[in-house]
Amino acid sequence: MTATTRTDDPGRMPQSQGARAGSGGVQIVHRKQPRSHALLSLAAWVIGLLFALPVIWMILTSFHSETDAATNPPSVFAPLSLEGYRTFFAAGPWPSLLNSLTASVISTILVLLLSFPAAYALSIRPVKKWTDVLFFFLSTKMLPIVAGILPIYIFAQKTHLLDNIWLLIILYTSMNTPIAVWMLRSFLAEVPVEMLEAAEVDGAGLIRTLREIIAPVVMPGIAAAALICFIFSWNELLLARVLTGTVAGTAPVFLTGFVTSQGLFLAKVCAASLIVSLPVLTAGFAAQDKLVQGLSMGAIK
Amino acid sequence: MSTNAATPTEEQARPPARANEPSTSLKKAGDWARRAPLLPALIFVIIVTQLPFLATLVVSFMNWNAYYPDERGFAGFDNFKRVFTDINARQAVIVTILLTVACVLISLILGLLIAMLLDRKFRGRGAVRTLMITPFLIVPVAAALLWKHALYNPEYGLFNGVLTWLFGKDAPQPDWISMAPLWSIIFAIVWQWTPFMMLILLAGLQSRPLDVVEAARIDGANGWQIFRNMTLPHLRQYIELSALLGAIYIVQNFDHVFTITSGGLGTANLPYFIYETFYTAQDYGRASAAGVIVVIGTIIIATLALRTVFSLFKEESR
Repeated sequence: MTATTRTDDPGRMPQSQGARAGSGGVQIVHRKQPRSHALLSLAAWVIGLLFALPVIWMILTSFHSETDAATNPPSVFAPLSLEGYRTFFAAGPWPSLLNSLTASVISTILVLLLSFPAAYALSIRPVKKWTDVLFFFLSTKMLPIVAGILPIYIFAQKTHLLDNIWLLIILYTSMNTPIAVWMLRSFLAEVPVEMLEAAEVDGAGLIRTLREIIAPVVMPGIAAAALICFIFSWNELLLARVLTGTVAGTAPVFLTGFVTSQGLFLAKVCAASLIVSLPVLTAGFAAQDKLVQGLSMGAIK
Repeated sequence: MSTNAATPTEEQARPPARANEPSTSLKKAGDWARRAPLLPALIFVIIVTQLPFLATLVVSFMNWNAYYPDERGFAGFDNFKRVFTDINARQAVIVTILLTVACVLISLILGLLIAMLLDRKFRGRGAVRTLMITPFLIVPVAAALLWKHALYNPEYGLFNGVLTWLFGKDAPQPDWISMAPLWSIIFAIVWQWTPFMMLILLAGLQSRPLDVVEAARIDGANGWQIFRNMTLPHLRQYIELSALLGAIYIVQNFDHVFTITSGGLGTANLPYFIYETFYTAQDYGRASAAGVIVVIGTIIIATLALRTVFSLFKEESR
């Protein structure tokens, strides 16, 4: 399944170009009536805005005072306030944000270190039964985490690893390695074999071949894998909730404990949700095309 | 990609009695050199993901409740019997199936419609695509909190606020979550997964060979015929891929159920049911039995699904 690569920045889609990438330069003429075309464009805009509306509402509410946030009908034009953010930061979110960052970044690095050589052994110099191995990796993604969580919990209790960020790092690494193996394999499969043979003739070793010939070709794949592994680790709640407490709790766990208080809390919950989502939003917007590659595990490039 | 390209055939033909010959050991060394880069990842994943399941299997046959540590022992099939006769467990199975099927189907259909709207050139297409992606980039717990408190809340949520705007003071003010608890969860999940489906299907649409479509149009095919006979067959594998990946994640959903209803009002799915049995009720044996049943169910469905992926995958490597 090799889809046409569309490298052009979707934020700045050229308006006048008629031909598409991969269509063999055929000029596409839209012969539809301009009115239906305009209506469909309007529909696209309305649907796009509807999907973004909850997030826009979240941003707006986060900048309102608690009393203005909880009115009916909504007070859209209420004066802006930083009350929600002040309450959020006063609650001490930094340790949990730092824990999330540590767990996501370190597990992503470990995933890449493990999955790159594995993907090599499944594509360029494939081991026997390499498809079986590849599908074994995929099958581990289908087994629900919750079915293995009890032994992990008991093991962590016995070895005093409960509430230790390294336990989460190890679990996130195993959770994301199969995705990265699939993705990187699909990129490595496109490395031209002649280049590898030439390197072999020159007497380049495995490490040098990996670094100098293969890595540059699959850099986009590595970036996509890193993005998706980071997002999945950052978002994870179940394992973090069961296995961490006050010391190693991550940002999603912090969020779940944020609503318990009495009284009005909507503005501060919106502020907290926005701040916790900010790293994912930034990374995802910055690398929209990588997002598609990553989500499809490299099936779409 | 042939696996035996580097294996000389004459070596395979040799009798096994001469297995210690240098050339054979060289071949063995070569095999291990091939396997070496694979092993760290493979062994790591096996240890961390498979060992816990084996342990779950063992515990599922044990009488083990953390509140009664003295009564630990072999239980035979008692835990399984209790899970199968537990009305909550059966309810959890039904909820899991409903939740997964509804979320995958709705987000797939919405995603396809939106992908087709975005597969045309118009002013601000990139901006609309960016707007569409936004829901997927909100941390799931944060999204669930947002839906529960900022949108569904009967007193100050946006939905009822809009109703007040539209119909004035006498507008209906439903309590969305208690009125339709499962659908409240489904819509919050659909909101996050439609962008995912849309992205994969849009990539599929953009890989269509457009000169063929154009030729069909010149031959007089109408929009529906082109969609039915050309676009849909081409999109088939993209639809299967997005449905499979979506199902893998939605079947395990914990965040939305935990946040929006805390499993109440008949919305506990299997992940939440197991979480509660083990974390709150501390009944390790019963939680493990439920876990084993989930795994067996998943294996049955996954075998069917994997066959689909395998056919896609063969097409890709051709």
